[in-house]
Amino acid sequence: MSDPTHDHSDFIHSEAFLHGLMKRQLKLSIACATAFIILLFGLPLMNYLAPDFMGQRVGGFTLTWLILGVLFFPYVWIIARLFITRSIALETAEVQNAAEGNKR
Amino acid sequence: MNITALLFLATATASKGIDPWILGFSIVTVAITIWMGFRSAKSSKSASDFFVAGRSVSVGWNASAISGEYLSAASFMGIAGMVMLSGYDALWYPVCYACGYLFLLLFIAGPLRRFGAYTIPDFAEGRYDSPVFRKIAVCFVLFIGFFYTMPQMKGAGTTLAYIFKEVDFRGTPFEFLAPLDQMGAMTAGIPYSFGVLVVGAVITLNVALGGMKGITLVQAVQYWIKMFAISVPIFVLLSVYGGYGKNLSLNKSAADSPPAIVQTVDPGQTERLALPEKAPKDEAWIAPFGPLTSKAAKASGLTPEETKPYSLLYTFSLIVAIVCGTAGLPHILVRFYTNPDGIAAKRTTMWVMILIGVFYVFPPVFGVLGRNFLPELYNATGSKGPDKVVLELPVLIREKYGIFGSILSGITCAGAFAAFMSTFSGLLVSMTSALAHDVYGRMIRPQSSPEQRMKMFKWCAIVVGSVSVLLGSQVEQLDINFMVGQAFAIAAASYFPLLFMSVWWRGMTMKGAATGMLTGGLCSLVCVTLTSISDIQAKTAKAAAELSKITWEPDALNAFWISHPLLRILAEQPALWAVPLAIVLMIVVSKATRKTIPADIRMKMLVLHAPEALGLKQEYIQEQQGPAH
Repeated sequence: MSDPTHDHSDFIHSEAFLHGLMKRQLKLSIACATAFIILLFGLPLMNYLAPDFMGQRVGGFTLTWLILGVLFFPYVWIIARLFITRSIALETAEVQNAAEGNKR
Repeated sequence: MNITALLFLATATASKGIDPWILGFSIVTVAITIWMGFRSAKSSKSASDFFVAGRSVSVGWNASAISGEYLSAASFMGIAGMVMLSGYDALWYPVCYACGYLFLLLFIAGPLRRFGAYTIPDFAEGRYDSPVFRKIAVCFVLFIGFFYTMPQMKGAGTTLAYIFKEVDFRGTPFEFLAPLDQMGAMTAGIPYSFGVLVVGAVITLNVALGGMKGITLVQAVQYWIKMFAISVPIFVLLSVYGGYGKNLSLNKSAADSPPAIVQTVDPGQTERLALPEKAPKDEAWIAPFGPLTSKAAKASGLTPEETKPYSLLYTFSLIVAIVCGTAGLPHILVRFYTNPDGIAAKRTTMWVMILIGVFYVFPPVFGVLGRNFLPELYNATGSKGPDKVVLELPVLIREKYGIFGSILSGITCAGAFAAFMSTFSGLLVSMTSALAHDVYGRMIRPQSSPEQRMKMFKWCAIVVGSVSVLLGSQVEQLDINFMVGQAFAIAAASYFPLLFMSVWWRGMTMKGAATGMLTGGLCSLVCVTLTSISDIQAKTAKAAAELSKITWEPDALNAFWISHPLLRILAEQPALWAVPLAIVLMIVVSKATRKTIPADIRMKMLVLHAPEALGLKQEYIQEQQGPAH
């Protein structure tokens, strides 16, 4: 597969660059996914373990209905917004990192 | 003569009972769809236009188009019907439909776009250098596509049957269109399957003419039609019948005291109508672990306390199916290839989440209002049951405010049309692309010219459209939203593990990926098919028993489910075990066949993950084409 017209010994083709790049991307994705999963799986668990608390009324809604039917959406938008901002910043940093690595 | 024109002519001559506003709005929506399809067809010249809209769709247009495609009949009609039927538990559907996009954003959207391909089978072959794997991936595009198509067709049949419910073809030249009742006598209205046929024909024509580029504009516009059609009637209904919370508070939970006292017949007083016997009780409806998630356990005769762990398990499996399924739907994933680059793909996903999230707040409100003011729908099944609550609720306004209510009814019907038309368009493009691009263009005739492939695209659209109509006409008795959930379960156990592992684990081999995807996907497919068949059998047998006034005796399969509630839940919602099974198989088989890891795996991973600014993708494509370029 290797092509003699390309120099594959430079920094951006190195194992170190790929490993670092994927590790940082995965770390960010897992952090955001964890925030999401806590509420996603935590809510049914709370319904199971504390039904009276989750069934209390808030403005006519039960607390669990309010969380699931209304508040869940903005919570996820915030996570998505944070991810995109940090992911774009990460990509910019990676491009700089690659340029500096190639100079070395 | 065009079937739509024939139907219009027939109804115009034979009927006096159709609301002109409903008919007018519906016809305008169909006409706009066809007109935009024809208009876009003129600018769809190349194969790239047909398959990925020239990879030039802006974030705003693409987000609207993805949302338009995603918000199907299940979203527009099915969720409202399911919330009305099942209460709180059904809320997991809209929430996970919208929030599942987060998984797509976090793990798949950017890398998938950077890899650059026309279809998911392209990705499967490119990632593993395996034409065999392309064939396997194509099969799943078709499996998932047809499963997802059936509920769209149900939405089409239900809506047309609703619009033309007062048409009477008896004694006219169009008598053959008159539907039969359970006793076999002709009745007023049009048959469910005729609606399926009409809508299927219109969309197939659109897709065959314009391909992906043709439907991008159509779907983007249809998102905004749906948003308008779902939100405006809700604001009007809530201003007349009281707020969301106020209507919900009419349903008393176990924690509330005193118990509900509701026996009034005037919906204008924000007091609901009496519930029929078939409706779930307030406590079960408003609380978690209600009729939807506890059905299997209750059928086995377990007590309410004993059913709760089963319901929790059902809920977890449902969540996994929809969240992972969203990230594995081929007709949604293919849209990410239309973005100019990976960052645009991520921004698009963010906007999609906002657009569909806002939309999904509304359908459950219809469900709550339907329970309070249209309880008679609990007594009907199929296309005449709660699935049509979105269409029926604005009629209450018509009874109070005349023409204003008719306009609202017309708007919701237009939204319903936009819903099943846009999603079916996307599915048709996805399945047709799999046949025309992957099967014909890559397997049968790799030397074919772009013109020949475009011609094949049109023929494949007609074949796929015809099969979809045939399948759709068979599912009148199944809930729209339930069927969509099953398509998600298959996608969750096949494409999601494939994409997730292929993007993030370089140790994956073709054999590992194929074993995991095939096992997970096929297990889910078999399980959901079994439960669907047993549900149809049970509903048909129960209806026959009710007519004959005898007690229903379950057949062998239903008797097995009754005695094994855990197995029934795991078969109805297989994602909880099928997704981990697929991933574990991928890891085990890949480790056993690690010698077959593609030789250029580091380069592939760099293309998937490195920012476009580094130019690695261009370099990879040149390598793939050979050093002479």
